[in-house]
Amino acid sequence: MGRIDDVFAKRAAEGKKVLVTYLCVGDPDAERSIALALACAEEGADVLELGCPFSDPSADGVAIARASQRALARGGGLAETLEVARAIREKSDVPLVLFGYYNPLFVRGEQDAARAVANAGVDALLVVDLPIDESTPLREACAVRNVGVVPLVAPTTKLDRIEKIGLFANRYPVPFVYYVSMTGVTGGAGASEVLGKAGEEAKRVREVTKRPTVVGFGIDSADRARIAAEHADGVVVGSEIVRRIEKDPKSDAAVRELVRDLRASL
Amino acid sequence: MPSSHHPQNPGWYGPYGGRFVSETLIPALDELTEAIAGIGTSEAYKTELNALLTNYVGRPTPLTEAHRLAREIDPSKKTIGRLFFKREDLCHTGAHKINNAIGQVLLASKMGKTRIIAETGAGQHGVATATACALIGLPCEVYMGAEDVKRQAPNVGRMKLLGAKVIAVESGSKTLKDAMNEALRDWVTNVATTHYCIGSAAGPHPYPELVAKLQSIIGTEARAQLMERTGRLPDAAVACVGGGSNAIGMFRGFLAAASVKLYGVEAAGHGVATDKHAATLTAGRVGILHGSKSFVLCDEGGQIKEAHSISAGLDYPGVGPEHSWLKTSGRARYLSATDEEALAAASLVARTEGIIPALETSHPIAKLGEIASEVAKGIGRPATIVLCLSGRGDKDLETLLARCLGNEAN
Repeated sequence: MGRIDDVFAKRAAEGKKVLVTYLCVGDPDAERSIALALACAEEGADVLELGCPFSDPSADGVAIARASQRALARGGGLAETLEVARAIREKSDVPLVLFGYYNPLFVRGEQDAARAVANAGVDALLVVDLPIDESTPLREACAVRNVGVVPLVAPTTKLDRIEKIGLFANRYPVPFVYYVSMTGVTGGAGASEVLGKAGEEAKRVREVTKRPTVVGFGIDSADRARIAAEHADGVVVGSEIVRRIEKDPKSDAAVRELVRDLRASL
Repeated sequence: MPSSHHPQNPGWYGPYGGRFVSETLIPALDELTEAIAGIGTSEAYKTELNALLTNYVGRPTPLTEAHRLAREIDPSKKTIGRLFFKREDLCHTGAHKINNAIGQVLLASKMGKTRIIAETGAGQHGVATATACALIGLPCEVYMGAEDVKRQAPNVGRMKLLGAKVIAVESGSKTLKDAMNEALRDWVTNVATTHYCIGSAAGPHPYPELVAKLQSIIGTEARAQLMERTGRLPDAAVACVGGGSNAIGMFRGFLAAASVKLYGVEAAGHGVATDKHAATLTAGRVGILHGSKSFVLCDEGGQIKEAHSISAGLDYPGVGPEHSWLKTSGRARYLSATDEEALAAASLVARTEGIIPALETSHPIAKLGEIASEVAKGIGRPATIVLCLSGRGDKDLETLLARCLGNEAN
C-alpha cells in the first residue's frame, strides 16, 4: 500500500498525473511479461496492473479476452501471475496491482490468496466481479497483510454506494478508486466528451471517498489520456498495450513508445 | 429442516448466491429487484401473466401417468407404485422455458425496457424468449455458442423465424458459458435500455429467485394435480439439473413438505470420473461463475472447465445457487446419468409411453429405477413419483435417430 500512496503523493506534488498500465500475464509468456512490465515502468508507468488470466472474462472486451485465452492455453493463471509479480519485485519497486476475477482467488481461499499475493510483493488487488457488497472476506484477509483492494465505480453507480466506499476506506486499505469511464467492457475507444466527463466524475468520487481516483476504459492514446486525466488523479491504459503485444509479441518497442507518449501527456 | 430462503438476506440460499458482477450492473440488478417487488406483485401484472400462461402457453399442463414405463422399470411393482410425468413438453414452444421467458419479457416491457437479450444452449430458452418478444413486441437478440448453433440448427431457424437475431459466439468453448459471457458483455454495454432474460435459476440476485418464482408454477400445479388424482402428496419429485430451472420449479411445490424426497439428476456425460461431464453438484466445487457463488466445474487454479453432455441444455459448468444449498442442507439428492443412459431412457419412454422426451429429461428418467428403490426402501412401500418432463425431444431428433436407431441396426 505504501508504495501506491507514495506514487500518488509524488505525482500530485509534481502537478502530474498517475499512469497505470495493464498487461495480461503470460501473453505471450511469463518471461516476456516480466520484460514488458519492466519496460512500462522504465518508460514512466507509475503502477503496473498485472492481469491474471481467467477462462471467463465477462467484463473484458476481445483484446484482453483473447490474451487471456492465449495465456491459459500455455498454462498461465494465478500461480504464474504471482511468479511474474515476484520476479518484477526483485528488480523494481514499482507498485503492483493484481487485476482479475474472483474465482481463482476464492478457490485458493481468501486467506491463502492474500498471503500468496503479499509474499509476491503485490500491493493491491482489483477484482472486477467483486462489488464492494461481497468484498469483505477478501478485504479482511488482505488488510492484515497491508494489501489493498481497489473498488470500482461506474457511471451507473449511485451516491450511496460511493459513500460506502468511503466508509470501507476508513477500515481497510483502499489505495485508489477505479472509475470506469463508460458502461461497457474493456477495449473500446472512448469519445473525448465521455472521457472528459468521466474525469470530472472521478474528481467527485475522490471528494466523497477521500481516495485518489483514476479513470479507466476507453483510453488508448496520449490525447485521450490527457482529456481523462484533466480532473482525475490518473488513468489506466490496458487494451491498447495488449493489442500492441499481440501484434508484435517479440518486441517491446511499440509498447515503450505508447507508454512514453502517455507519460508525456500526463 | 433448514429453510431454503433467507428473507433477511435476500439473494442468498445458505452460503450460496449473491451478486458477483461488474459494478456497472449493480444498479440494473437493484432496478430489477424493485420491479419484481413492485410491478411483479401488482394485480395487473399477475392477471396478464396468468392469462398468457392459460391462453397462450397452454397451462395447466397435464399430469400423465406412465403405466407402461413404470412396469418396464419395475416389473415387480415393489418400488414404483405410481409414476407421473408433469408434461412441460406440452407447453407452447415445447419446454418449460416459456414460463420464465413470458414472465420476464412481460416484466421488462412494463419496466420500460426496449430491448431483450438472452443466452441459450440447446436453443429452447432462445426460442422461448424470441416467442415472448414476438408476442409482446420487443426486439430480441440471442447469444448462442457457435458449437451449439451447429448442433441445434432447427432451434436457430425457429428463433430467426420468430424475428430474433441469433449471434453465434466464437470465443472460449463456443457453448453456453461463452454465450452467457457475451450476453453479460452486451448487457453491461446497453444496460439502460436492455433487459437480460436469463434462462435458468442462476446468475446474480435477483435472477435465481425470479426464475424460481416464475417456474414454481410447475410444482404448484403438480402438487394440486397429484392431490386430486391420488389424494396425497407424492413420495418423490424428480427433475433434470443443468442450471436447474425446471427442477427448482418442480421442487418449489414440495419444499415445505418434508415427506416428499427431492431428486435432481445431472449429466454425467462420458462419466463423472472422466473430464467430459456436466455434473456440477456431483463432481464440482464451490466457486464463483456468472454472478453467483455456487457449485462450479473448475480446476484447482480456479479456471472454469468446459462441460460436456450429449444434451446441449445440460452442458453448463455452473448450477443455480439454490440447488447448491438444497444439496448442502440435504433437502435434495443429486445423482447423475451418462449420455448412454440418457439415450437408452429416451428410447424406452418413446416405446412405452408414446412420448419422445428431450435428452435433458431423459437423464432423470434413466435414474428412476435407482430413485424408486431408494425411496421405497425408506418408506417401506412402493413409491409414488412425479417427474418433470421438461421438454420434448424434437430438437434432439437427429441425435436420437443416429444414436438409438443406429445402435439397433447393428
